[in-house]
Amino acid sequence: MSKTSRTSITMPAQAKKDSIIEIRAIAQHDMETGYRYTDAGKLIPRDIIRFFTCQYNGAEIFRAEFHPGTGANPLIIFTTIATESGTLQFEWRGDDGYEAFNQSQITIT
Amino acid sequence: MSPENQAMQDDPNLNPAQFWVMDGQSLWQEKAGKRDVSCASCHGESGSAMRGVAVRFPKMSQGKLQTLEGQINQCRVSRQHAATLAYESKELLALTAFVASQSKGLPIAVIETAANKASLQQGRQWFYTRMGQLNLSCAQCHEDRAGLKLGGSVIPQAHPTAYPIYRLEWQGLGSLQRRLRNCMSGVRAQQFEYGSPEMAQLELFLMWRAKGMALESPGVRP
Amino acid sequence: MNQQNNQRRRWLSVLSLLSVGVWLNPMLAFAKKPEAMEAITRIAGSQTPKEGRVKLVLPPLVENGNLVVLKVSVESPMTSQDYVKAIHVIAEGNPLPNIFSAFLTPRSGTANITTRVRLGESQRVWAIAQMSDGSFWQGYADTLVTLSACTESI
Repeated sequence: MSKTSRTSITMPAQAKKDSIIEIRAIAQHDMETGYRYTDAGKLIPRDIIRFFTCQYNGAEIFRAEFHPGTGANPLIIFTTIATESGTLQFEWRGDDGYEAFNQSQITIT
Repeated sequence: MSPENQAMQDDPNLNPAQFWVMDGQSLWQEKAGKRDVSCASCHGESGSAMRGVAVRFPKMSQGKLQTLEGQINQCRVSRQHAATLAYESKELLALTAFVASQSKGLPIAVIETAANKASLQQGRQWFYTRMGQLNLSCAQCHEDRAGLKLGGSVIPQAHPTAYPIYRLEWQGLGSLQRRLRNCMSGVRAQQFEYGSPEMAQLELFLMWRAKGMALESPGVRP
Repeated sequence: MNQQNNQRRRWLSVLSLLSVGVWLNPMLAFAKKPEAMEAITRIAGSQTPKEGRVKLVLPPLVENGNLVVLKVSVESPMTSQDYVKAIHVIAEGNPLPNIFSAFLTPRSGTANITTRVRLGESQRVWAIAQMSDGSFWQGYADTLVTLSACTESI
């Protein structure tokens, strides 16, 4: 059974054609590094988000790989060119069957 | 507070605590208990009726000094006929964060009254009493030495203006009581129990001491 | 007897050179963590990344290493002929040197990325940028990581 969590996308709903827009994507996740121990001395296994992709009307425009060194509740801020009106789709995938989806509409003015 | 942490706190899109506020909003509307009612059933769907509430806690309620967490649990038991939520549980933190965030920006309004006078005095005593193997009182660091450094960190005046906080150390959200327990372990003292009268008294004094300061909940702290 | 003396003399001279080296430049004696170098080699292959064009910004003093805001900006026209293909962030002082990688396209507009990372100790962090023309560029930032006061004893 895959697990998921809340995610949040911040980006403008409208933009001028071919302007550069900033997108902020954050997912709720502990990002357990695999380097911590319980009080009993047992190693807590790694459990992190591994991949993040952003598709703009179906075309992949950005991709990121997270490693254990990425902080909890991972945030990524990146830019893209507002080429056309449509939907941006965001996907996170990680250990233990984690997956999360979000999307945002943009209208070109 | 460092500029990076301040920026993280002020922007809800960057503040990790925002996820707990969202969870709290869902829980606010979720029916619970034998009475099968939600917080929203009495207090309204949006939660905006909670504006001004968090800045008045801890307060005397039916003869008992209640913290915000205590009051939420009190409502659960008496109004929803549901079980209490454990301290530092995801649910209680989410609800507390949601309620507290409604008062963001408002000045803390805890004042001395005839009813809370004794508790406030007791809280003041806790603040000024030496405790623990290190034999330190809260005041020795947070009043006498506020602004100086402990290790690499600046000692704050310790006003609880932002609770519950996303503490980077915890990598999660936590209550003022959790942070006070950390302080007590810092001086190697017997920690007050969650939900205890001593905790409520100390919280009351700290909030009274911070009156007039704007609530920043939910906050980000190192 | 002679051989022992020679060995001792050689050892003494190495020791004195090292001490002089440390005195002159402490960083030289404690060179880049080998794993971090290996990670950069895995990214750049036989090439040595050139210094420049990559700006990495970290707070100089960090109160808690669990969540450190990190910004990378790479100078690039970001056209389909000349753009940044990837940015890799390597930490010298973490148990695993690779901490984050971003893959961009000509549609990215800028090569500016912000994220939040974990830093285990005071260290140097590198950002390696891979350009569409196959070249590699690098930049770095140093930071001091401290620990918050009054932590939990569970």
